Amino acid sequence: MGGVRTRVVAVVLAIASVLAPSGCAGSADGAGAGRITLKVRLFGTFGYQEAGLFDAYMARHPDIRIEYSTIQDSGQYWTALQTSLSTESGLGDLQGIEVSEITDATANMADSFVDLGPLGASALRDQFYPWKWAQGLTPDGKVLGLGTDIGPEAMCYRRDLFAKAGLPTARADVAALWKNGWDGYVAAGERFRAAGIPGSAWTDTASGMFNAMIGQSPEQYYDASGRLIYDRNPAVATAWGEAMKIAAGGLSARLTQFTPAWNQAFTSGQFATVACPSWMIGYIKSQTGSLDNRWDVTTAPGGTGNWGGSYLAVPKASKHQQQAADLAIWLASAPQQVAVFEKTGNFPSNRIAAADPAVRDFSDTYFGAVGDPAPIGRIFGDAAGRLPAAVLGARDQVVKDLITKGGITRVEAQGQDPAKSWAKVVRDVTAATG
Amino acid sequence: MGVPSPARPRVRPEPAAPLRRSVAERLSPYGFIAPFFALFAAFGLYPLIWTAWDSLHRVELTNLHKASWVGLDNYTYLIHDRYFWNAFWNTMTLGVVSTVPQLLMALGLAHLLNRRLRAGLFWRVAVLAPYATSVAAVTIVFAELYGRDYGAVNYVLHTVFGLGNVDFVNTKWPGQIAIASIVVWRWTGYNALIYLAAMQTIPVERYEAAAVDGASRWRQFRDITLPGLRPTILFTIVVSTIGATQLFGEPMLFQGGGPSPELGGSDRQYQTLSMYFYERGFADRHLGRAAAIAWAMFLIVVLFAAMYAYLLRRIRPDGEARL
Repeated sequence: MGGVRTRVVAVVLAIASVLAPSGCAGSADGAGAGRITLKVRLFGTFGYQEAGLFDAYMARHPDIRIEYSTIQDSGQYWTALQTSLSTESGLGDLQGIEVSEITDATANMADSFVDLGPLGASALRDQFYPWKWAQGLTPDGKVLGLGTDIGPEAMCYRRDLFAKAGLPTARADVAALWKNGWDGYVAAGERFRAAGIPGSAWTDTASGMFNAMIGQSPEQYYDASGRLIYDRNPAVATAWGEAMKIAAGGLSARLTQFTPAWNQAFTSGQFATVACPSWMIGYIKSQTGSLDNRWDVTTAPGGTGNWGGSYLAVPKASKHQQQAADLAIWLASAPQQVAVFEKTGNFPSNRIAAADPAVRDFSDTYFGAVGDPAPIGRIFGDAAGRLPAAVLGARDQVVKDLITKGGITRVEAQGQDPAKSWAKVVRDVTAATG
Repeated sequence: MGVPSPARPRVRPEPAAPLRRSVAERLSPYGFIAPFFALFAAFGLYPLIWTAWDSLHRVELTNLHKASWVGLDNYTYLIHDRYFWNAFWNTMTLGVVSTVPQLLMALGLAHLLNRRLRAGLFWRVAVLAPYATSVAAVTIVFAELYGRDYGAVNYVLHTVFGLGNVDFVNTKWPGQIAIASIVVWRWTGYNALIYLAAMQTIPVERYEAAAVDGASRWRQFRDITLPGLRPTILFTIVVSTIGATQLFGEPMLFQGGGPSPELGGSDRQYQTLSMYFYERGFADRHLGRAAAIAWAMFLIVVLFAAMYAYLLRRIRPDGEARL
């Protein structure tokens, strides 16, 4: 009967091997003797890997190993991060947070993240744009997020399509088309449409322009006390009105941003203008490849606004908080922000980096006519210097998506009545935030 | 389909034996079945109970430890929630549009495969190939095919039928049909093989006798094959219904990305129950409401299963279960 005992052991082992994987998660640390592994979890393209900064950091700190991963879609990333935070599993030592979620983090998740101030971040305060620094603080002044890039806005346009439509193509002349703001932009769009270029619309989607307009307003979806005001803020109503002119007026290609169809349209010339936060520069290049000198960049209608940009934060669950903070501080410092800008076009949130000649005097030969490269360092730098200090809210991202993906698309692509579509927005936002 | 019943316990050879049997021997059978029950308890029962508990609370994803008792509020909210009913009806219509053609085509395919075919094994493997592909990969390819401006489907519609460019992502019925086509493509072969297996259990003599009596092939199919397949057909309907109730990946990825895919189109035109569950639970972070949706879905599946079980008992041809 000795066989029975071995069988029991075998069964126990089988159970153990089934259950084991969940038990040995956090053991990857001691890979090399005395080496620390920092897990960096980001979304989209922060540019650190691309600019070789992780390798450079590891070369300077032989005791640190950086393990980097990214999720392309920021929405999915954020959902996953929240699940990780609430269950305290699967967290990195350094996590990225997008600007539309930073207030959610500072207001609702302050307990889950480390105060970077005492760990050395406070020394950097005066280097940042003041509004950028302030957005990363918790209500009681802890440094939860350290700024990476910002998204000062410009307008990108297709020189060849403008020429075909009989519109000016020089940057200053194009900017003059909308010197009286978004009404001018819509009027120019009507001229473009009247030219009747087959297969080309004035802009990709009214949603993009709506986001750009909202980015220009100091008050957006929430007021400073954290109350939802999107349904009574005149700035939102104005932006919605202009977006409706674009959506219902046949000025848009009725695309959804960040979909494959949108990506293809950059190359095929389905739209002549696109709202252009600084990070869009890199995006256009990655989509259009060899189409040099078709696109150009000029000042946005209605002044300047911010769209996008991110933060770095260290979860409290990290076992290497000081080392993670050191890495975050190094990445947020001027030389590294300059390196990222040079590689990806992500605009520095660090003012010293923004004033660096490598940024300030940077012209991109991909944009503008041959021999007349677009001075994007100056265009975005000027825009960054004039940015309003925006009031952000905890659920900005949700409200924004429900208005653009829901409300505007219903009018733009489904031909619904704007008033009815707005009523659905209000119902959606109430259900989501209630 | 139940779990096969365990063999009847052995009759003990001598009455004195139990006293001498070791503890290990008496416990070992439990050890053998333990993996299933351990896994079921951890991944089946515990989430089920926890979800039920959550559905009676107001609890947010960002603060799991702070739940407040709300009784049945989440359920009464659902009953009056037009988005829940929208998702419910979308799930039903998508289920019908995907399941009915799928099973009919599977039946036809199985009938073809059941004949003596050249390279029969090749065809059988070929029809199963779509089942082995990943939802994400397939959906991304189909999304390209159904593209508004450059999609192959619109190209065909335009050149052959002279129709304008259909915006599948932004219209209700074309969108639902397109999504259903992905489901049909993936699952038809799988069901065909199940039918084929059942067809091969039907005695050949019946066909021979029918042929002698002068029955046409269609007549043979209708009067011999179909009655023989009844329990199997019900089984595939049950499984497809459960699958349809949980439809998620295809409509979620059909839009090709962009913000808030869980809305199922900007007007929720193909938002299914699973997507609505995801929206409330993970986009809005209202886990209590999401848990109530999950339980509603569970009840719907149970309801369908009970209905089918009743039907099955009534139509069973010879009083013998084949499932």
